[in-house]
Amino acid sequence: MTHHLNRLFGVIALSLGLMLSAPMVQAQVDPTSSAVSEDSMFEALGTAGTSDAISGRVSIPNKNAGTLIKPDNKNWAGFQRGALPWIFVVALGGMVALLAAFYLIKGRIRVEHGFSGRTILRFSAIERFAHWTLSSTFIILALTGVNVVIGRSVILPLVGEAAFGTMAQWGKLAHNFLAWPFMVALVLIIIFWVAHNIPSKLDLVWIKQGGGLFKKGVHPPAKKFNAGQKVIFWSVVIGGVALSFTGYMMLFPLQAGTPSDWQLYQTIHGLVAAGLSAVIIAHIYIGSVGMEGAFDAMASGQVDENWAKEHHSLWVEEVKAREGQTVAGRTHPAE
Amino acid sequence: MARMKFLCDADRCIECNACVTACKNEHEVPWGINRRRVVTLNDGLPGERSVSMACMHCTDAPCAAVCPVSCFYTTDDAVVLHNKDTCIGCGYCSYACPFGAPQYPQTANFGTRGKMDKCTYCSGGPEPDMSQAEYVKYGANRLAEGKLPLCAEMCSTKSLLAGDGDIIAEIYRERVVTRGYGSGAWGWRTAYGETLTV
Repeated sequence: MTHHLNRLFGVIALSLGLMLSAPMVQAQVDPTSSAVSEDSMFEALGTAGTSDAISGRVSIPNKNAGTLIKPDNKNWAGFQRGALPWIFVVALGGMVALLAAFYLIKGRIRVEHGFSGRTILRFSAIERFAHWTLSSTFIILALTGVNVVIGRSVILPLVGEAAFGTMAQWGKLAHNFLAWPFMVALVLIIIFWVAHNIPSKLDLVWIKQGGGLFKKGVHPPAKKFNAGQKVIFWSVVIGGVALSFTGYMMLFPLQAGTPSDWQLYQTIHGLVAAGLSAVIIAHIYIGSVGMEGAFDAMASGQVDENWAKEHHSLWVEEVKAREGQTVAGRTHPAE
Repeated sequence: MARMKFLCDADRCIECNACVTACKNEHEVPWGINRRRVVTLNDGLPGERSVSMACMHCTDAPCAAVCPVSCFYTTDDAVVLHNKDTCIGCGYCSYACPFGAPQYPQTANFGTRGKMDKCTYCSGGPEPDMSQAEYVKYGANRLAEGKLPLCAEMCSTKSLLAGDGDIIAEIYRERVVTRGYGSGAWGWRTAYGETLTV
């Protein structure tokens, strides 16, 4: 009898349990109420269909393919083809216009006391090698990079799709491969020149006097590098490192993450490139047509003593002191 | 002219991956490249759904917008195609694509990507229709033969639909009304700027 009662209670308990759990079980398998829709997925991501990606599992080896939809990826297109080309045009065109205006108004900066005929060594062969490796690769990287940004609007209509495609293809190869010597040369110039480029109080004086650029006869004292050159150096170092890092990430995108990461790297790469290219245009100007006697420093490495005294007075004193000579150039009598 | 679209009825997809296989076979797609893939959402959980996804052939395609060499073009059937002779393999289209469609063969060192490859809606490329050159670069041109994309044509549950957007939308609406539920046209709002209302 007890046995029967036990069974009866068991059945009742079981049916109660089933009755209680039935709606839940049903809810889990009801395709109507548990239908996964794009909207509900986006809402579940908390962003109502604008930001996060809907991702799942894929059975193919490429697990990145598990990202199904990421609507935000589209937004970058507006910046890429809208603002970025104009930023380049304004940055580069603006700098060229500025320098042209400066040249027309002030003309070439001459060596005030004329060439002395005596020279001193400013940059050793290895320094010049690093500089020219960095600069030649940078110019090609800049030209091929600018081509990626504005070539489609400027060169493509002129030469046609086939020629432009071939050109851009070689440009991309050059950009990818010359990035490596650029990075090596960047490390070299940091090693050679970082000690000479630590900001000092002297730089404030130089900046206050506008580097003597705007007034004749004014030559603020400077060591091996003046404040203007330090600005160039740190622009190249910080910009170059940023370009190298973001460029590396774009070369190896699978290490860099998802499309939104690539977009971020490309955006930084583009903006830094526009800024650094503008700085370098100014650097090229002042190192060639802009200033008499300046180009020798990177050509033969020997600069005229009068040029050096006007622009790097303290550095000349250092060199002379090291050579056991006075600033006046008077040699010690032989003993 | 038709406005070609894809529509994956996620309530019918059984994740058999036949569309993926058919695509690879039909176009002799190289190793490592999948023009189409099946993504399973909520895998193993209540409400699991699988969606077959490839290039959606967007209206105002972002890939075409960002391409630095402008190698994309849209056909009269609103299919987004690209010219591999012009493509430089920079990868920008893959940055901009919301569907992860652009693929790249690994060809050389230093991250040098090959020419981009993606779903052509089985309609080849800029070469003459059904030519050998077209087949080698882009695969079969079924549209030129009067056929629809093979992935959709051979889908065993008729989950994946391809064809004129209005017609496949109507088929899907009919299904949803008949069975009483539907999880929507995946990606349509992102690709075409419009959702499918039932």
